[in-house]
Amino acid sequence: MTTLYAILIDGMIYASWLFLVAAGLTVIYGVMRILNMAHGSFYAIGAYTGAALVGWYFAGGDGAPYWSYVLLLVAALGSGLLVGWLVEQGLLQFMYKRDELLMVIITYALLLILEDTTKLIFGVDPYFTYQPYSLLGRSDIGGLTFANYDLLLILVSVLIGAGCWLILNRTHTGKVLRAVIQDREIAVAMGVNVKLMFALTFVVGTTLGTLAGALTAPAISVSPGIGVEVIVLAFAVVVVGGLGSIEGAIVGALLVGLTRSVAVHLAPEVELFVIYGVMSLVLAVRPQGLFGRNLARKI
Amino acid sequence: MKKGLTRIAPSLTAAAVAAAFSLAAPAQAADNGKFRIGVVTFLSGGAAGPFGVPSLNGAKVMVEALNAAKVPAPYGLKGINGVDIEVIEVDENGGASKQVEEFRNLAQRHKVDAVIGYISSGDCLAVAPVAEELKMPTVLFDCGTSRLFEENKNPAYVFRTGLDAAIDNIGAARYLVDSGRKIESVASIQQNYAWGHDSWGDFSAAIKQLEPGVKVATEQLPKLFQGQYGAEISAISVSKPDVIHSSFWGGDMEAFVLQGSARGLFDKRTAVLTCGESALDRFKGQAPNGLVIGARGPFGAFAPDTVLSNWFREAYRAKAEIDPTYPAYKMAQAILGLKAAVEKAAAKPGEIPAKEAIVASFKGLSFESVSGTVQMARAGGHQALQGIAYGEYRFDAKTGKATVANVKAYGGECVTPPDGTSASEWIKAGFPGAQCN
Repeated sequence: MTTLYAILIDGMIYASWLFLVAAGLTVIYGVMRILNMAHGSFYAIGAYTGAALVGWYFAGGDGAPYWSYVLLLVAALGSGLLVGWLVEQGLLQFMYKRDELLMVIITYALLLILEDTTKLIFGVDPYFTYQPYSLLGRSDIGGLTFANYDLLLILVSVLIGAGCWLILNRTHTGKVLRAVIQDREIAVAMGVNVKLMFALTFVVGTTLGTLAGALTAPAISVSPGIGVEVIVLAFAVVVVGGLGSIEGAIVGALLVGLTRSVAVHLAPEVELFVIYGVMSLVLAVRPQGLFGRNLARKI
Repeated sequence: MKKGLTRIAPSLTAAAVAAAFSLAAPAQAADNGKFRIGVVTFLSGGAAGPFGVPSLNGAKVMVEALNAAKVPAPYGLKGINGVDIEVIEVDENGGASKQVEEFRNLAQRHKVDAVIGYISSGDCLAVAPVAEELKMPTVLFDCGTSRLFEENKNPAYVFRTGLDAAIDNIGAARYLVDSGRKIESVASIQQNYAWGHDSWGDFSAAIKQLEPGVKVATEQLPKLFQGQYGAEISAISVSKPDVIHSSFWGGDMEAFVLQGSARGLFDKRTAVLTCGESALDRFKGQAPNGLVIGARGPFGAFAPDTVLSNWFREAYRAKAEIDPTYPAYKMAQAILGLKAAVEKAAAKPGEIPAKEAIVASFKGLSFESVSGTVQMARAGGHQALQGIAYGEYRFDAKTGKATVANVKAYGGECVTPPDGTSASEWIKAGFPGAQCN
């Protein structure tokens, strides 16, 4: 019974983290059709900025520890908005009419550049900013102890998932974005400022990436290479769910998170392969992913 | 057309010759009268922070002090045998193929006198045969694979001044048993690659040999650099082990300890981290008191109280503003080993002996180091024989400093298989010939 509890809760915690990491990736693909390889770098930038800011705050002395959560959010929003805006205005807006495959190469180049830039700014020493993680204490659930910070992440990812879904499906901006997704040329003809919509979407996607990084930073040792590690997982989640679909990312994250949790508890030796196993199975049945739609080809 | 080609041929030849000379420029620069060492360690990637940067700092501290003739006895002679040392740094990140290329560059283009380096076991295994082929004195300072001299049974140019990984785990098993802890069941969490598998293999065999009847509670094998260990921590908690063993290193180790502590994983059970000392000053009270940590030898917090060792600690602290961890000691040890070998081989100060003479004197050498006396007494005189120590993490919240308590050291003859016997055979046979106090 304890194992069942553990599988469910661990699966939910991991899935919430996966969704946080993958949300920005799927939002950008959904609207802009850009498979953004640099998303892992945005995650790393958020993690480094959050860890550095919180580390600096606690090194300063006797500040109220709960402010560190505000600092994490400030770090995520500040770095996400700045880097997202710089990348979109300085690079991507000149590339939008290019082929999707070329955009993958461009964003991969961006990933390499941002990896080195991050190293240049933050160095190669790991950042260990643990205070916000242990500050919230722990809870006993079904005979097991969990960190409250991890449980809070579930709530945060539910809020972000619901927020993204509501904006895309229930607001005027969301309807305009969907119009852009359906047909960019007709949207322009109808007076939609596609350039602005793209810039907005990219900055939101980037900020979701930096937010995932900043919220993860207190639970890990932030070191070079973390961005590359998460991008593979993020791709697995969005591919399982269907590229560009928020609902897909939620279901994909849950599927991957719970399956991995089952493997860790019942067959740890296969844990390394389960994520790719799930992805292969889903793609064998539905090549476009669980919530992916077949695109009609324009003639 | 043919006439045209004939006309430009001399120019092309001249350009080719000029290009050849420009490519060969580093080789010319190598003849500057200095003792040139290629130092290879991780300068980027996940291993840079915990291992690469401290070891490079260790190299800088030691080389600067040697060139200034400020290292305590018996190393008063400036540089190496009175010759200034020049270091060429190479990033170990990028995989074994890249390292083989870089090694050839060091040997053939930069014309180094020796190479010191390699943290990754994969890189050591790839580079060792190339070192033999190029006849380049090569000191492996950190990598722990026990396959190194099992695959290369007759080494000539390759030396390892650090210990192999089996000793970490035999030492850890002995420490747990000797400290009288309850060890009915052991859980394992290792990074899912050769290092993790080999470490657990050696530890589980050793603990079963020393404490028959020990059960394995669970074996967790997360991906390298996974960072999130929630499910693994739950699985270990559910399996209710008495002891948790891990060979985690770097960010993975710190994240596991942080997440495990926050969830009370270590409240009622002992955890042993074979590489734990490298984060002694970084845990900052987030690791539980009583956590058993090792330093892969008598390094870092386990270094002996000698003039040379204390000098190194102070010199490192003055440069890096933190205490040196074990990778820094191991790098310093490799440099001192090389210096001792060269100076033993040289007829007079100021002379750089031939490479063949250097390796001949390195073989079976006994030299003083920052970790006490090192004897190159295994693998036909190419592998260091040293003891290992384990202790418990203690954090003083008032001073903000961490120390190790209840330290117990084991001599090299107690934890090291004799020459010609693999670690697994030695453990399986019940450690025949082990000399433990």
